[in-house]
Amino acid sequence: MITDYYNELTSDVRFTEGITGCLNCGTCTAICPAAEFYNYDPRIIADTVQTRDNDKIYELLSGDMIWYCGECMSCKTRCPRNNAPGLIIMALRALSMRTGLFTESEKGRQQLMVKRSIGEWILKYGYCLYREEMTIEDHPEQGPTWEWQNSHLDQLFDRFGVKYRGDGPGPLRKIPEDAMEELRRIFDVTGASDLYEFIEEQSARKASEMGLEFNKRLDCDYMFEIYNHNSDFHTKH
Amino acid sequence: MIIEGKKRLWQEYQKEIATDNFFYVRSCVRQNFFPGAEQTFLRIMRESLGKTVFENPGHTTCTGIGYHCDIVPFNTTMTVVARQFALMTEAGCENLAVSCITSFGLYTEILETWKHFPETEAKTREYLRKATRREFKIPNNLAHASDIIFKLRHEIVDRAPYKLINHNTGEPLKVVEHIGCHYSKMFPHKGVGGAEYPYVLAGLAEALGGEIVDYPERRHCCGFGFRQYVVKANRGYSLSCSKKKFDSMEPYRPDLIITNCPGCPYFLDRWQYVVSEMNGKTYGENGHGIPVLTYEELVGLALGYDPWDIGLQTHQVSSEPLLVKMGIPFKPEKKYLGRRGEFMGRPAKPEYLKIDMEQVVVDSSLDAEG
Repeated sequence: MITDYYNELTSDVRFTEGITGCLNCGTCTAICPAAEFYNYDPRIIADTVQTRDNDKIYELLSGDMIWYCGECMSCKTRCPRNNAPGLIIMALRALSMRTGLFTESEKGRQQLMVKRSIGEWILKYGYCLYREEMTIEDHPEQGPTWEWQNSHLDQLFDRFGVKYRGDGPGPLRKIPEDAMEELRRIFDVTGASDLYEFIEEQSARKASEMGLEFNKRLDCDYMFEIYNHNSDFHTKH
Repeated sequence: MIIEGKKRLWQEYQKEIATDNFFYVRSCVRQNFFPGAEQTFLRIMRESLGKTVFENPGHTTCTGIGYHCDIVPFNTTMTVVARQFALMTEAGCENLAVSCITSFGLYTEILETWKHFPETEAKTREYLRKATRREFKIPNNLAHASDIIFKLRHEIVDRAPYKLINHNTGEPLKVVEHIGCHYSKMFPHKGVGGAEYPYVLAGLAEALGGEIVDYPERRHCCGFGFRQYVVKANRGYSLSCSKKKFDSMEPYRPDLIITNCPGCPYFLDRWQYVVSEMNGKTYGENGHGIPVLTYEELVGLALGYDPWDIGLQTHQVSSEPLLVKMGIPFKPEKKYLGRRGEFMGRPAKPEYLKIDMEQVVVDSSLDAEG
């Protein structure tokens, strides 16, 4: 049976809140930072989903376009009809993830990288970001101050009156194990753990299809490809 | 009539902000990149203003970056946030002070979702109970930490020996205020001044004597874009957004940039370094960048806190030119010392961007510990 993608979208409150009828004025596109950088037009997103055309929505779910948005939500402020293309994008991305269609586009495939970094740091440390995982090789923009700080973290945090990775309150404290256990249980009961597993399975399938080496580490060919590769059709020239 | 109309319009953008007894939830970005800023917020509140702020080390990320990178489902995020509410409730607090703008936007989005779709709140309570056996009350007052500083700005100014006034000329310093997108672009009525004319930082800067710079790209995003920064292949998006802002503000010769979002000071600081390395271009005076401060760092300086105790050495763009203009005495050689005076070495110098100030006028009244 063919999936009714529009119907799937309507089960997401962000979709129903995100579109109430687009008049195609293009105000969202004028204000959109992503539209300035990528070949992207949020007006087209809103206009496409309101047609309820299953084939066109399938194209969105399996294409690059839905991954260009930065979710800054500038579109929400300016839309004269109170639509929010950014919210529609969030619902489309969630559906692309649940159906595995994210692996069909270059930008969508990057979701495995996001899962293996941010996604896993949340469950390992209790933080979305963790500085010791952010190397200067991956983040040269951090600059020399980052390297200097990382060599003196205990002293630096001490200067601010806290113990780095210490017990008790403070920045980058060690989150207590009972709290981490609660966080993991929340991920289990609300479906996030299953989604993580599904991202891995679908990515492994796609890597095999593309003939790229795939393993659980960050240094396999598939990971290198999705983290670094950029086709030249995404951006404006 | 016009004035009455204006008053009516502004009334829509006023928000209730509690003044004491807060439960504080931290920001992942700030804890990693500007750990001194959050400590400075607590110091301002507790030491300088005598307020009560509770913390529980068991609070975690709200998952916000994962949520906006679209790998964490909404149900999961709502339940993690509900757990933070439970910790607040258990501490006997009703006022939530949120360090992060992504979190603040998300908490607001969740409370609005629960209001319009009550079944989502019921489901979240069920998930939380199942996972943790916790119950929670919805905060009576939800404020971003910058809202609280704005609310208390006059108390702060009364205690502040230093202002946003050029120490030598008596002229107001020119301030670029950059508001995090998720502060009020999604829910304009939840931010001081709304989304088009947010006043939360402008009000603070003006109270300190500064002059706000109104430049064309004032409301443009810094360029975090979540997955657009996290994945290296997309990172040009982030850099391009910040550069657009720098180029737009440069002709107005701002003395500083202040921000209320965790990511924005990071990007506006680090991308200045990157532009300098890529193009040899610097945006400040004499090879320096434009100093980028969080609202607490600015208030900490105004209150006379030592610049290196509040963490200005963790910025890539040096803040020293601003300190000199404000007439704040400081010892450059203490920038890289630990609390016990031990030398921690110094970072390598960027090729173009100047990061230290060798020649400064240091107030002779400053003692050795200053």
